[in-house]
Formats: sequence, structure tokens, C-alpha cells
Amino acid sequence: MKIHEYQAKEILRQNSVPVPAGTPAFSVDEAVKAAEAMSSDLWVLKAQIHAGGRGKGGGVKIAKSLEEVRELAGQILGMNLVTHQTGHEGKEVNRLLVEEGVDIARELYAGIVLDRSTENFVFMVSTEGGVEIEKVAAETPEKIVKVWIHPEFGLTTFQARQLAFALGLEGDQVKNGVKTFMALWKTFDSYDCSLAEINPLVVTGNGQVMALDAKINFDDNSLYRHSNVEEMRDTSEELPSEMEAASYQLNYIKLDGNVGCMVNGAGLAMATMDIIKLSGGEPANFLDVGGVANPETVSRGFKLILTDPNVKSILINIFGGIVRCDRVAQGVVDAMSAINVKVPVVVRLEGTNAKEAATLLEESSLDFLVAISLKDGAEKAVKAAQE
Amino acid sequence: MSILLDKDTRVIVQGITGKEGSFHTEQMIGYGTNVVGGVTPGKGNQTHFDLPVFNTVAEAVNNTDANASVIFVPPPFGPDAIMEAADAGVELVVCITEGIPAADMVKVKNFLHRMKTRMIGPNCPGIISPEKAKIGIMPGFIHKEGSIGVISRSGTLTYEAVYQLTELGIGQSTCVGIGGDPIIGSTFIDLLGLFAEDDGTEGVVLIGEIGGSAEEEAAVWMQKSGFNKPVVAFIAGQTAPPGRRMGHAGAIIAGGKGTATDKMKALRDVGISVVESPADIGITMQQQLGN
Repeated sequence: MKIHEYQAKEILRQNSVPVPAGTPAFSVDEAVKAAEAMSSDLWVLKAQIHAGGRGKGGGVKIAKSLEEVRELAGQILGMNLVTHQTGHEGKEVNRLLVEEGVDIARELYAGIVLDRSTENFVFMVSTEGGVEIEKVAAETPEKIVKVWIHPEFGLTTFQARQLAFALGLEGDQVKNGVKTFMALWKTFDSYDCSLAEINPLVVTGNGQVMALDAKINFDDNSLYRHSNVEEMRDTSEELPSEMEAASYQLNYIKLDGNVGCMVNGAGLAMATMDIIKLSGGEPANFLDVGGVANPETVSRGFKLILTDPNVKSILINIFGGIVRCDRVAQGVVDAMSAINVKVPVVVRLEGTNAKEAATLLEESSLDFLVAISLKDGAEKAVKAAQE
Repeated sequence: MSILLDKDTRVIVQGITGKEGSFHTEQMIGYGTNVVGGVTPGKGNQTHFDLPVFNTVAEAVNNTDANASVIFVPPPFGPDAIMEAADAGVELVVCITEGIPAADMVKVKNFLHRMKTRMIGPNCPGIISPEKAKIGIMPGFIHKEGSIGVISRSGTLTYEAVYQLTELGIGQSTCVGIGGDPIIGSTFIDLLGLFAEDDGTEGVVLIGEIGGSAEEEAAVWMQKSGFNKPVVAFIAGQTAPPGRRMGHAGAIIAGGKGTATDKMKALRDVGISVVESPADIGITMQQQLGN
């Protein structure tokens, strides 16, 4: 789960990671009021959306007067912000972070992620702050310094010192850096984060080590023990169809193609998308209806897929293991009788009771295309979408 | 022949009295698995399907000589169940549970380093040695005894691959679902090592997916170790968008890393036969065996 920068900074502030003074604003008036309350003559206005690259897209502005705060807040709020992470359709800005200007001496990078290869969390720092860390990793990997966090002992002070010296911090900056790093790990650990990224981490003119930007993601599997995190979810950042799917415990991800698909199991669902593409089509979605495909889930699956007007055909690919294909087939028949499905539906059912399922589909008065294999199903669905 | 599991493996079920545990215990017994008991804290001294139920894994092991365990408990209790089984000396622990936090698995793996236990999963369908025994939730009837090992991060996609093999008359030695989470008990490399030593395994089907670098690491390992049995690989998620978690917690392209393209290339670079279509897994293995 993702949150906004201002929410991430609030968490960091509460956990003793230094961040600039700042207030979120949902309107121009709120932005001006927030700026007035700060004893500053320089303000930074930052669009709050869940995508990176906001500065380049025109979503971050500097104001030197309250009049300018009003003017720029008016420009950013309501704008359609397009960045390399939003896609060409962009994202409407509804929230703003108003921050006090900071006297920046150096821009650095700090981040914590799971290192799947070593099965530990890894703390990374770099002197190359303010640029994408993936770019640094690809072009100058030697400029990223890593320490791996021990599962029992957590980040140790000596490791935090190693990071501070690797960044070339000096004098009081070292002590401040160590404090910041220790606090960042504590935050990451106590909130079950999957990513915490401070880019840039800045050294201020008076030697503070501060998070000028902040990105925090949470492990979805841990949300059950963090109700306060769930409360921070901004539903306007998510597609209504994807949220609805999640409420039914279905995994649905909308894509750009026109061949809809409904599959049981995540791996088979990805493989079905892949074979649609190999057959000359483009998948319209990823949809895993789970190991237990029953009439109810099939019906919900249909409704989700049909929320996308681009869908020109639907491929149902169910490998019946514990779930019986004839029950799934009955679900498909029931759902199609109840919902007006106007696009061609290709059904491929394999596994337990597949023969009974085929009979059931053939005997129904509904118009299915029955497929005999995965390949056949994909080809029929792609052809149907093109007609 | 087979790896990890055969008719003599003595299995206990952690969470045996729950809905999932009950259902799959019956299925496993029906397939021929030697299930010797179960564990549900607070329900010790009861019986379930005529099997003894114990309060703790240690008690179950002492009384039944179990050497394998399968875990059907909700995610908040999964990590503890795995550690309890390892602490009781169970050699093979298969965790079916989906939804365990990654941070918990980091701690569990650290705990297991001191143990002799081999863990499979979590978030996996389990292990089957066809016509001998199964520990998990896969449909037994699609399998056929034979000489192909299957290792996969997926569930139903594995069934699809196995079904293709069986339809072509190609049986399997053992099929292992290693799980779709970012941190898992046993990796491709661990299982490839066991298949390398198993005389009854003539070839291996490897089913990977986007996210992480386990497939790339397996490619390097196969080359270095001189793994000389034919391998057919498929990587799911060639069309998956970056930055989105595709159902499995571990199936995500993050920061441009973990793409299907990279994995397919890494495997091809060491001479592995990688199929683009999931429909070609069986037929390609047939061709490999014919060579």
C-alpha cells in the first residue's frame, strides 16, 4: 500500500526523523493559511499524488510571497499532473503539501528495501541524491553503499556510522546522520514497511540531516496489524473497479488491451495474459478469481471485466483442481443469464469434471465458444475481439 | 524415484481441525499419504478422522514419529507454526498459508538457519510424488508417476504444466510448489540440487514468474554446478505492467528489476530451453527427452 509524501513525513516526524515544517492543504485558502502560520519567507508547494517525477511535471513550485503561494497553489490544485510514472493520462491533483524552504548544503539518498536474494532488509545510501536511484544503480553502482540489517538485532549503531561516513558527513553531521538512520530503520520496522525512500536526504546549512522528500510503502500482508495505516489510504488514487475487486478478495488489475480474462490462480492468470499477447491480442486485465471459483466469484468477475468499455471478448480459463469444473460452468451459465454480456465469451475449463462441464455449457441456450486447450482458448478470444 | 516425499513419509497436519486443514487432510489420506496425526492447540486428546490430535508439535512428534508437517493456519499464526515444527525437529515443513508478512519470514528464515529443517512455501500448493503421496492442496488425479521433476512459484499454472505432461504420457518424479512470496523456505536452486542427485529424475520443468531474481540465480547455479539434465522453463508475466503486484506478493517488477525478459534471457544464456507460450511446456519437454 502506498501513501502520500505528507503522510510519510508525518510518520517520520512522529518517529524522530527530521523533516521540514509543513502542512497539507486541500484548497487554495488552506494553502495560504498554512503558509502564513510558518515563520518563513520561502515556501515550497508540492502536489501530492502517488507518483514520482512531480517536479519535472510542474507539480512542485517555490513561492516567495503569500500572494505567490495563492497563485501557485491555484495552479497546482486541480491540475492534471503528467509524470513518467502516471502514464500519459496523468493524475488530478487534489492535495498539496506546503513546506517551509530549507537551506540545502548537500543532497543525498537513503532508502530501505527488502533484499530478496539475501533474505534481509538492506539499508542503502548514496551521495547521488535527487536523481532516481535505479539510474544510479545502473550507471554508477559503486556510488551506492549498502548495509544488511540483522533480523534479530536490527540496524546497529556501527552500521549507521558506516553509512554516515560513507556519505562524507563531518563533525556534528555524523551524529545527526546516525540518529536519522536509526530512526528511519525503527520506523520501517515498526510499521512493516516494504519500502522507505528519502530522496533527497539533505544536509542543511546548520548540519541537520533531514528528509526533504519521503516515500513509504507498506507490506499489504502486514496491514491486518496496522489499522492506523489503513486509515491513510487515499481511495482517489485507486481505480474504483480495482477497489471493488479487493473488497471481494479478488485480484483485478486493469490493463490497456481489449481481451478480458478471468482465471483461477495468479500464475495461470499471468500466463493467460501472456498467451493472449502471443496469439496476437492484448489483454484487457489481470483477474485472479482465486483457487475457489464459484458462481458468485464468476459473476463478480464478469461485472468487473465489463466495467472496462474496451473489452471486446472474454476468455474464461479455469483449471479445476479442488474446484469442480461443472460447478464453475454452472456459475458461468448463471452469471451470463443474469447479466447481459454483449461480448463473445470463450470458455476453457480443464481438470476435475471437465467433461460434465463441457456438456453443461453445450446444453445451455447461451452462446459460448468452447475451447479445448489453453492455446485454442486464447486464439478464439483474440479472433472474437478482432471481429 | 522421488525427492522429499514418498509413501513412508510420516505427516502431521498443523491446523488439522480447521476448515481447510480438515478438507485437505481427507484429500491427502485419500491419495495415499501417510498422515499420522494433527496439531490444534487446545484440542489435544481429541481425534479427527480417527487420527490423534495434539496440543503441540513436539508432543505430536514424540507420539507419532512424524518427520513432515503441513501447515494450514491463518497468516498471523503461520510464522509461529513453522518455528514450532522446526523446533520439534520435523525434517520437512510445508506451509500452505498465504498472506504472511515479509518481515516475519525474514525472522523465520533466520530462525531456521540453526535447524536441520527444510521448509517449502509459504503461499504454495505443496509437494506431490505422484502415485505415492502428496503434502498439500494440488489435485492428485492430474499427476502420473514418472521421471520429470517440476519446480514452480505458482499453483494452478503448475497444474496446467503437469496436465500437459501427463496428457503426453510423461510422468513426474516429484512436483514442488515453492511459493509465490518474496521470501520462501526453499528456492529453485535448493530443489534443483535435490533433483540433480535423484536418479529417478531425468529432466526438470521450471516455472518462474516476474519479481526478484531467483530464476537468474538458478541459471547461474545450473551452469556452475554442471547441472546436466534437460530443463524446460516458462516465466509467467511477460505482459505484466511494472510496479504492480500480480496477485502473488512476490510477483512485482520493482525499479525495472525482475522482468520476464531478463529472466528468460538469463536462462537462455546458460542453454536452458525457455518457452514463450505456457501451452508449449509439455511438448517441449517431450522434444527434449527425445533428443
